[in-house]
Amino acid sequence: MTDKNGFFDLSKTGFTRRAALKGLAAGAGLAMAPGFVRYSQAQSSAPIKIGFQSHRTGIGAAYGRWYEKTTAAAIKAINAAGGINGRQVEVIIEDDGTDPGRGAEVVGKFATQHKTDIVFGTLFSHVVIGSAPAAGENKMPYFVVSEGHHVASTKLNRYVFQPGITDVKSQIQSMAPWIAANAGKKVTQIFPDFAFGYDHRDYLPPALKAQGADVIAQIAIPPTESSFTKYFPQIPAETEVIYHVMVGPAVLTFVKELGEFYGSNRPQLFGFIDSLEAVDINSPGLEFLDGSHFWEGSPRYAQPDDTEAQKAYRAAVGIDDNGAAVGDPKDVSTAAHMFGCWETLYVVKKAMEDAGYKGPEDRAKLVEATEALKEFAEGPEHPQGPKTFNGKIHQCFGIQNISKVEGGKLKVVHKTKIEDGLYEPEGDYTTQAL
Amino acid sequence: MHFGPHLLLATLEGLVTSAVLALTALGLSLVFGVMRVVNVAHGEFFMLGAVLAWAITSAIGGHPALGFLAALVIAPLIVGAIALVAERLVLRRLDYNPEATIVATIGMLYIIQQLALTFYGPEARPVEPPFSYRIVLPWFGYSGYKLSIIAASALLLIATWLVLTRTRIGLIMRATQYDSETTQAFGIPVGRVYGGVFALGAMLAAIAAVLIVPISQAHYLMGQDPLLLSFIVIIIGGLGSLRGTVVAAVLIGLSDGIVSMFFSPTLAKIIATLLVAMVLVFRPQGLFGTASR
Repeated sequence: MTDKNGFFDLSKTGFTRRAALKGLAAGAGLAMAPGFVRYSQAQSSAPIKIGFQSHRTGIGAAYGRWYEKTTAAAIKAINAAGGINGRQVEVIIEDDGTDPGRGAEVVGKFATQHKTDIVFGTLFSHVVIGSAPAAGENKMPYFVVSEGHHVASTKLNRYVFQPGITDVKSQIQSMAPWIAANAGKKVTQIFPDFAFGYDHRDYLPPALKAQGADVIAQIAIPPTESSFTKYFPQIPAETEVIYHVMVGPAVLTFVKELGEFYGSNRPQLFGFIDSLEAVDINSPGLEFLDGSHFWEGSPRYAQPDDTEAQKAYRAAVGIDDNGAAVGDPKDVSTAAHMFGCWETLYVVKKAMEDAGYKGPEDRAKLVEATEALKEFAEGPEHPQGPKTFNGKIHQCFGIQNISKVEGGKLKVVHKTKIEDGLYEPEGDYTTQAL
Repeated sequence: MHFGPHLLLATLEGLVTSAVLALTALGLSLVFGVMRVVNVAHGEFFMLGAVLAWAITSAIGGHPALGFLAALVIAPLIVGAIALVAERLVLRRLDYNPEATIVATIGMLYIIQQLALTFYGPEARPVEPPFSYRIVLPWFGYSGYKLSIIAASALLLIATWLVLTRTRIGLIMRATQYDSETTQAFGIPVGRVYGGVFALGAMLAAIAAVLIVPISQAHYLMGQDPLLLSFIVIIIGGLGSLRGTVVAAVLIGLSDGIVSMFFSPTLAKIIATLLVAMVLVFRPQGLFGTASR
């Protein structure tokens, strides 16, 4: 910008220092607060803006829709209780198309156009990995609800956090003893051929090895694949357990074709519920799943020992005892993952309050305050269960559920302990500059 | 799994792919052959067929076969009507100019896709197969419904062939394909033939989609793969040749099934694309195509 008229030239006569300062202050106010008319008197009354990077379209669409519902419910509860630091919270949603390139653009858009305080809510790991550099460059705290190990691997950057859902490496480590003891010792893995699948590919074999079991075959399937029978002959005949984790719009086809291939004469099945997230477990063709086991982050079906907090959370989000939308039993939720949105938002609230967060200029303080968090007690803010948080690797650790398909429902048969899933940190984000 | 059963499974999978591909590609081939229009929106008519099949089956309820049969009749008719409207409103106004129609059909692709996203949503939704019978072989089980797709597709291909070669409508279509100006000089309403062929091409894609949707689910982006494979098939088979289209569809389907089972799905796609390159270099008119006049 050139100063043709000499507005900012203080040496000019007839232009007092006071007037110049006023002009500067007004200019800065304009630049920093879009929507400045309403909130021009003081920034403290403006809402806190959370940029929600949502998978509205693309292969993650089913998750995106439920992540939005959960987020809306959590924000409603937070705002009803007075917001964060006395300010209301506003969510701005941008669709990333479940695409890493688009994801990075969305983060940039939040930083430069919407000027949000943080970015939040991404699930698919390749989108997280693609967007993380943009978050780092814009010094934008980026709270993901992804489950992948990439945050905890410390290969991303200091602005990326995963405080609401346990990562895959920890999940696998805590469940491996149960798999080896109850399902079988010879395991064949089927996983999606991208980042999230590679976490399973890389961390299951050592975790099972430690329990005296072996992965005898690993089958990678592209996440956009629509037909799966052609992969099944690669499953060795001596397989005792098929460990499956699939994502994308064709998950139902995958499980159905597995059933057609094996019928009732199948190996044991241990699956991540990702293979059937947002899909009715009583869909025709899925009868063969009866008696098989699934990992669930948070149980889809209401359990007899549900806490009051869990019941309140389910009511707030609007899911019934079968984990489907209230009033539409066919609209099955992504219950095993979406609790992470709820819990992450409460972590953000806590960290912002600890940091005395006022606006984007306090983002570094927010990062440090989040890193200082140690544990989250089970309760209305953390209905899935208690968690610990490691500020050095920006990752939380919680309990995992192993559920059995029984009479068309998922019944939790085993809960892991937090300690089962702890591992040596692979690095330390706090040594990176802010 | 031993080699024999493994090959059998690969062949079955390949045949199912071929069956659906043959129908889809035939529609694209007809439109190109008669109208000289490269219909880039063809895959979206396929997707519309699947989405409508979901809408119809979930609206009807009752026994799954009932809804499925209704979908098999109604969905292609609706898709055909949409195609006819698109032909009247867009292609005819462009005077079927080859370059302009490519751009116009790309536009149609996005319009149809985004409308499906808006009104149907981004989810993949299942359609129940009309019957679920699992054929039990000593080595593996196989869906009986998948085998019925092969049979249904074969019947439809024969029916299309009969229409093209044995009926007056077929004669008119072939005449228009051979030389549209002379045909018009003989008093054939070529414009109406074009409209009918465009609708028929879309209907064939829609039927293929209704057949496949019980095993693959309806999704708004599902039109992309069939479009690409259909182009591969008609380039290899020869643009506008029915026989070439069917032979190429079986070839591509089987090689896809067998190569992707014994090696990897990526290699199957590489081979199909390589085949297209080879055909274009050594026999530009395709295996069964006639050299352009």
